[in-house]
Amino acid sequence: MKDIGEFLIEKGLLITAFLSIIIILLIIIFIFSEGLPFMESYGFLKFIFGSIWDPSSGDYGVLPMIVGSLGITSLALVFAIPLSLLCAIYMAEIAPKTMRKILKPVIETLAGIPSVVYGFFGLIVLVPIMRIHFGGTGFSMFTASIILTVMILPTIISVSEDALRFIPHEYKEASLALGATHWQTIKNVIFPAAIPGIITAIILGMGRAIGETLAVIMVAGNVAQFPTTISDPVRALTSNIAIEMGYATGIHYSALFGTAIVLFIIIIILLVVANYFHYKKKITIGGGYL
Amino acid sequence: MDYRIEVEDLNVYFDEAHILKDISINIKKNRVTSLIGPSGCGKSTFIRTLNRMNDLIDSFKMTGTILLDGGDIYDPKVDVVDLRKKVGMVFQKPNPFPKSIFDNVAYGLRIHGIKDKDFIEKRVEDSLKEAALWDEVKEKLDKSAMGLSGGQQQRLCIARTIAVEPEVILMDEPCSALDPISTTKIEDLIHKLKEDFTIIIVTHNMQQATRVSKYTAFFLNGEIVESGLTDKLFIEPEDKRTEDYITGRFG
Ligand SMILES: Nc1ncnc2c1ncn2[C@@H]1O[C@H](COP(=O)(O)OP(=O)(O)OP(=O)(O)O)[C@@H](O)[C@H]1O
Ligand SMILES: [Mg+2]
Repeated sequence: MKDIGEFLIEKGLLITAFLSIIIILLIIIFIFSEGLPFMESYGFLKFIFGSIWDPSSGDYGVLPMIVGSLGITSLALVFAIPLSLLCAIYMAEIAPKTMRKILKPVIETLAGIPSVVYGFFGLIVLVPIMRIHFGGTGFSMFTASIILTVMILPTIISVSEDALRFIPHEYKEASLALGATHWQTIKNVIFPAAIPGIITAIILGMGRAIGETLAVIMVAGNVAQFPTTISDPVRALTSNIAIEMGYATGIHYSALFGTAIVLFIIIIILLVVANYFHYKKKITIGGGYL
Repeated sequence: MDYRIEVEDLNVYFDEAHILKDISINIKKNRVTSLIGPSGCGKSTFIRTLNRMNDLIDSFKMTGTILLDGGDIYDPKVDVVDLRKKVGMVFQKPNPFPKSIFDNVAYGLRIHGIKDKDFIEKRVEDSLKEAALWDEVKEKLDKSAMGLSGGQQQRLCIARTIAVEPEVILMDEPCSALDPISTTKIEDLIHKLKEDFTIIIVTHNMQQATRVSKYTAFFLNGEIVESGLTDKLFIEPEDKRTEDYITGRFG
């Protein structure tokens, strides 16, 4: 009797796991089958390296959007990584217990706020500030990256704080017992040992940033051209799809699926690279040296 | 005056729990002192007060005085970092850093601001030799310490501790996770080290206490029941409870 129950549960879990994989595969197949024929007939290189996106005259160059997406994502990471790591170190090592007990759930809640709220805040508060202080419309790559920074901070803080806190207490004691200060211990022992987990945190933040659509649309200006400075408006790959999908037909419609393929491949590449570093770091901590 | 450490009327509490009661003991310079006693009697807590490791525990409170070379180590003016440099510690479970063998030993020197590469290399080599580990690791100093055996890791931890030249070395059951051969190596090492260092070792192994130490203190329920020359304590204990413990009648 127990065996049958166990059998059913195991198979049930297996089927659910397979189902979700199949659904994802189907979505990927659908996107590629819609987008690939277009990319082939338009020309892969022309599509990816073309610098003009003008559906009304039949130009489908997606490079400005690639630059836009990578630009706001990397800017956001440049702002978010130092801020969130310092915050995580504070929470894991320095903050009094009660402070940590308050901060942790607050930060985890921030990670769950819908992106439209951040976008709305950006639109109402940040864009006017930018307009006043930096000129232009205020809608820009810089504005978008600041909103993304705020959005990914909670994820990176929370995950890297866990990584720092799960470093075995023995390392910390060993370092202090040798006469290291608390800060030397953090810098030379706790932080290096937590790097694999911190890389994971950054991957998660990066994934959220590059996939973010709504908040970016609301503050980035969405002009499909190369930015020359960070206060120029930009359009992200995600925004390109979301903005035009509503009315696109024919080739234009397929070109948006092509955009999705490009986004998909960029994300895969970033994940592979990041996971490689994560893995390599883990190996060196275990079997090589730091 | 040949006492390195003088402990007087030490009482330790974790919150309300009274862990150490009226401990008074003097530790002789350049001798090995063993602490024995049943599990939970406060041996670890006691040696962790000697390098102020218990300061990390929020609920820790103490009264009494502990003098190191005549100076009160709990004086507010004392620099804890400095104290821990003078009073090194080897833990029960080998705990090398996830760094290379070389960096493990060099760590203490570097954090104390030593930059001279040749000096560091020399000191790493000397410390590993003193810890009887050099021959086993000299070919792979840049490999991770995590790849060493438990016994090698523990000797590495000892090398790491002596590299910063403390005056006192505290060892909390340093052999409890090791096989007999590694244990013998570490005991030999302790014999060698006592020429330069004052050593306090916690052990559950009576034979070990008789083998390595000149003095022994017997802890029971947070009190020192009896302390003195190891030979005397084991051959003709004054207290009935000591006798019961060392003859294996409890504990
Ligand atoms: N951080 C702590 N908070 C509260 N109580 C503690 C703490 N650490 C130890 N204790 C208590 O203090 C008492 C003494 O513990 P200690 O570790 O010093 O014993 P021990 O003699 O070293 O035992 P063992 O031989 O098992 O290592 C125990 O009752 C333990 O529960
Ligand atoms: Mg103990």
